[in-house]
Amino acid sequence: MTAVEEVPTSAAGNPIGFGRMVRKEDVRFVRGEGNYVDDVNLPGMLHGAILRSPFAHAKINSIDTSAALALPGVVAVVTGKDLEGLGLAWMPTLSYDTQAVLATDKVRFQGQEVAFVIAESRYIARDALELIDVDYDPLPVVADAKKALDPGAPIIRDDKEGKTDNIVYEKWEAGDEAVTDAAFAGADVVVTQEILYPRVHPSPMETCGSVAHMDPVTGKLILWTTTQAPHAHRTVYALVAGLPEHKIQVISPDVGGGFGNKVPIYPGYVLSIVGSIVAKRPVKWMEDRSENLMSTGFARDYHMTTSIASTKEGKILGVKVDVLADHGAFNGVAQPTNYPAGFFSIFSGSYDYPAAYCKVKAVYTNKAPGGVAYACSFRITEAVYAIERIVDCLAQELNMDPAELRLKNLLRPEQFPYKSPTGWEYDSGEYEKTMKVAMEMVGYDELRKEQAEKRAKGEYMGIGISFFTEGVGAGPRKHMDILGLGMADGCDLRVHPTGKAQVRLSVQTQGQGHETTFAQIVSHELGIPPEDIEVIHGDTDNTPFGLGTYGSRSTPVSGAAAALVARKVRDRARIVAAAALECAPDDLEWELGRWFVKGDPERGKTIQEIAMAAHGSLELPEGVEGHLDAQVVYNPPDLTYPYGCYICVVDVDPGTGQVKVRRFVAVDDCGTRINPMIVEGQVHGGLADGVGMALMELIAFDEDGNNLGGSFMDYLLPTSMECPDWELGETVTPSPHHPIGAKGVGESATVGSPAAVVNAVIDAIAPFGVRHADMPLTPANVWRAIQGNPIRTDMAVE
Amino acid sequence: MQTPAPVEYAKATSIADAISRLEALGEDSRPVAGGYSLIPMMKLRLARPETVVDLNGIAELRGIRVEGNELVVGAMTTHADVLSSAILFEHYPIFREAEHVIADPIVRMRGTIGGSMCQADPASDLSAVGSALRGNAVITGSSGSRTVPLREFHDGPYETVVQTGEILTELRYPIRPGAGSAYEKVERRAGDWGVCTSGVFVVVSGGVITDCGIGMAAVNADHYCAPEAEALLMGKAPTEENLAAAAAAAANEANPIADQRGPADYKRHLASELTLRALRRAVAASQGA
Ligand SMILES: Cc1cc2nc3c(=O)[nH]c(=O)nc-3n(C[C@H](O)[C@H](O)[C@H](O)COP(=O)(O)OP(=O)(O)OC[C@H]3O[C@@H](n4cnc5c(N)ncnc54)[C@H](O)[C@@H]3O)c2cc1C
Repeated sequence: MTAVEEVPTSAAGNPIGFGRMVRKEDVRFVRGEGNYVDDVNLPGMLHGAILRSPFAHAKINSIDTSAALALPGVVAVVTGKDLEGLGLAWMPTLSYDTQAVLATDKVRFQGQEVAFVIAESRYIARDALELIDVDYDPLPVVADAKKALDPGAPIIRDDKEGKTDNIVYEKWEAGDEAVTDAAFAGADVVVTQEILYPRVHPSPMETCGSVAHMDPVTGKLILWTTTQAPHAHRTVYALVAGLPEHKIQVISPDVGGGFGNKVPIYPGYVLSIVGSIVAKRPVKWMEDRSENLMSTGFARDYHMTTSIASTKEGKILGVKVDVLADHGAFNGVAQPTNYPAGFFSIFSGSYDYPAAYCKVKAVYTNKAPGGVAYACSFRITEAVYAIERIVDCLAQELNMDPAELRLKNLLRPEQFPYKSPTGWEYDSGEYEKTMKVAMEMVGYDELRKEQAEKRAKGEYMGIGISFFTEGVGAGPRKHMDILGLGMADGCDLRVHPTGKAQVRLSVQTQGQGHETTFAQIVSHELGIPPEDIEVIHGDTDNTPFGLGTYGSRSTPVSGAAAALVARKVRDRARIVAAAALECAPDDLEWELGRWFVKGDPERGKTIQEIAMAAHGSLELPEGVEGHLDAQVVYNPPDLTYPYGCYICVVDVDPGTGQVKVRRFVAVDDCGTRINPMIVEGQVHGGLADGVGMALMELIAFDEDGNNLGGSFMDYLLPTSMECPDWELGETVTPSPHHPIGAKGVGESATVGSPAAVVNAVIDAIAPFGVRHADMPLTPANVWRAIQGNPIRTDMAVE
Repeated sequence: MQTPAPVEYAKATSIADAISRLEALGEDSRPVAGGYSLIPMMKLRLARPETVVDLNGIAELRGIRVEGNELVVGAMTTHADVLSSAILFEHYPIFREAEHVIADPIVRMRGTIGGSMCQADPASDLSAVGSALRGNAVITGSSGSRTVPLREFHDGPYETVVQTGEILTELRYPIRPGAGSAYEKVERRAGDWGVCTSGVFVVVSGGVITDCGIGMAAVNADHYCAPEAEALLMGKAPTEENLAAAAAAAANEANPIADQRGPADYKRHLASELTLRALRRAVAASQGA
């Protein structure tokens, strides 16, 4: 399969197969007719609200709930003690740690769940929170990851027997340390930079919530919930709560953005279930914005000491990264078991050199749990940022143009499949071509000229490049699982007698356009118009098992499954067509939407005719049962490797430190583009994220562990005013091992763009002697960097 | 969804009606104008009035007019109306420049000048503008109206001299023929409150500065103004050197504190830098007038 060809158009004007079409789901979204968890209202439904800790670290002496219980309309108040009795005070995280559902012994981060009120209305539940009296003894706080291992640091996880330090894991390594040290020893130039990827938050438009309905008659639990992974959640609920898995139905209706925020299981979901069991009525819990920002899965918080070695001509010889990872109070990351630092080890990037080594140490702090979220492709965001930043630092050291340095070191097409020094096998790529497309689009040489002229006049513009490679579509079940659940995904396809189809997916859209993309994949394989194909997802009773949507895995994994299940249907259709045409299946040839007799194209049957025949009384060969329906489970042979080159142009006002993003060129290669419009939409969104993270998004903490990003007044998201008109380009290098050659693009732009923006800003202010400043590059931070004193961004600004 | 504490709502039909209700209800009531500061604080339960008295139905509180040598702006005039006002623009472009960088179009459609003044947020842009122009507030209670200079209007952050049972009814700004004015603001993102702002007016006549005003927001200058810097400019030629000296003096009248918008040294630097930039433009405008 190669690039998109011209395809015929359906009666409704849609491409039959790949091509641009308006998203099927948009009609209901733009009309405000979506159906989100908060739109679910059941008869007799109660409302829950969570009391949260004002302290980052404090012993709980006692909780008095009597005044809250006395408030008219309050049905129940649940505390950690009550849950302890049920064995539910703690739950497993997706990375084999435990997390408190409601605090029992002490609270470990500001915003932690302490009590749950169930009441007749959301307002009453919220009013009752103020009537709960908790007696806390504040404890010393670890807010600074760098101090988590100080001797005498308070022990956060003293709930774990024998725990005497704040280490989540001591050392996780990838690559060969000795080989890398040797490469460094022989290098002309070594550059080392401390690089922080600060804590950010996915902040989806829809916050997290659930409606739990434990039917006392049937004993079945139905949970409407904001989840990117309904099947994985169902299994975890079965394991945590001891509920029988066949009596749990998890429904994820329309989801208003996820970005990884809706992968973990949060205490609120569990509490709504407990509430519905206790009260024998359905219970809804929806968090508010501040609760979302303060308590749910954050992202990054990686302190990366990064070193690069090269010859004086700029041939890269090796890269080393030493990471201090801040996981917050509970290890709540969600990533494949064998990869505690996610896919960070892909940090060697897009360049050809033999020596790379990283080691990661993870610590607990008195901060909210999480870590893998915000469109990060399992920490490839951090990896790309580290390598692309350090390459720019090297360029500065060598006094070499950063584009030239990259071109000198990029992997060459004949090296693919390429085995990276940390063990990844990149599937395909034409890196230099992609980079040249980007440079051409942006007018790189003219920009450098303009920059020189401006500098002479005391004006500061900067040009930043980022070249990224991702590994997505986790993954081969042999070595990739989450909590023991292998990362293969099922897909079912039913073709009804009239030739209309329903495809059932394990993955769950949060706005990515699955209802359109997957219909187009099936359409491409069967020739059924996309408007005749219904995509069914987000309901565990009605879809096959699979691990859900995150890490850009839907198209690489479930997209492959959808193509393969459609091919299975096509093969069955061939047998039926042969029976109808009274010939052998081998005598038939396929063209889009139709089997016909080789050498006699007039004699054939459309897929719709075949569907009717398959459900009719046509005599079929021995052993063929009729109907066309099929099922597959797709176990990916390997990851797919989308890549791209991004170039950002900024203007900096050195008097105020303000940055204006003037231009942004993004050339993505995600292999085959199923619906180019959806691809572009994903890239647009990711670029806005990238500008946000580079310039403004931040969750910092003060020494007392107070969260300084707990509202949209404090946690700044970019607006259209900060975003230039995105200039998108493409190259298409299909994945050789994916059935339709698609590589996944959901996170590419979020992964690739922050480094381009930061590199541009640093390039602009390099004449002031600046080599690095940490994100976010707020006006204050840029001005301080110019003064030679950039801000430490993970802690409160001083 | 954020849920405020229980609250009663009353809609006032006239200034007298609003005042009598507020007086009767006492401390536990608040007038509500655009609601863009009060309602978010109620949702976060930082404010919990028992009753809000809605001023939006009082037509006489809205509008912009010239009265003698003063510009008069009703307290319930929205940001959007201030922004698009030709009269205000003609005399003081600073209004339009400031409004352009206040919040976003949605907030500007309902948020009011009176609400901005009474909220007295340390970063309130219109408070800096009002102090720069040395405007006056007209405050009305059951015993009548009083006029208070805007440079005496505040009792510290979020506090004003408007008493329970009173409302702010009008803002009045003296017209100064030949004045140039300008507003400068650094924000982290469009729609964010300022990290530091500076707004000025200058009258240049006969080659010297004969009148001027400097206002600053977000840096804790007393009453949002910089009188010592103004004094340095009076009677002086508007040279770059003189403007820079005044800007530096203005920075000394700022008392910024570090927060996530920036460290104190940066904000103090901005106070000087933005004041200088605003002065240059205002001088040029006055000289061109
Ligand atoms: C997202 C966002 C961004 C913003 N950005 C900025 C910004 O950059 N710069 C800026 O300056 N402002 C900003 N604001 C604030 C905005 O200007 C508000 O509209 C303003 O602060 C309050 O005006 P209001 O009419 O909404 O007042 P309300 O919220 O209704 O009232 C505010 C306070 O004033 C009192 N009050 C109102 N009117 C009267 C009166 N006539 N007499 C006595 N008391 C009265 C109320 O009781 C209340 O205590 C922003 C607001 C939002 C929501």
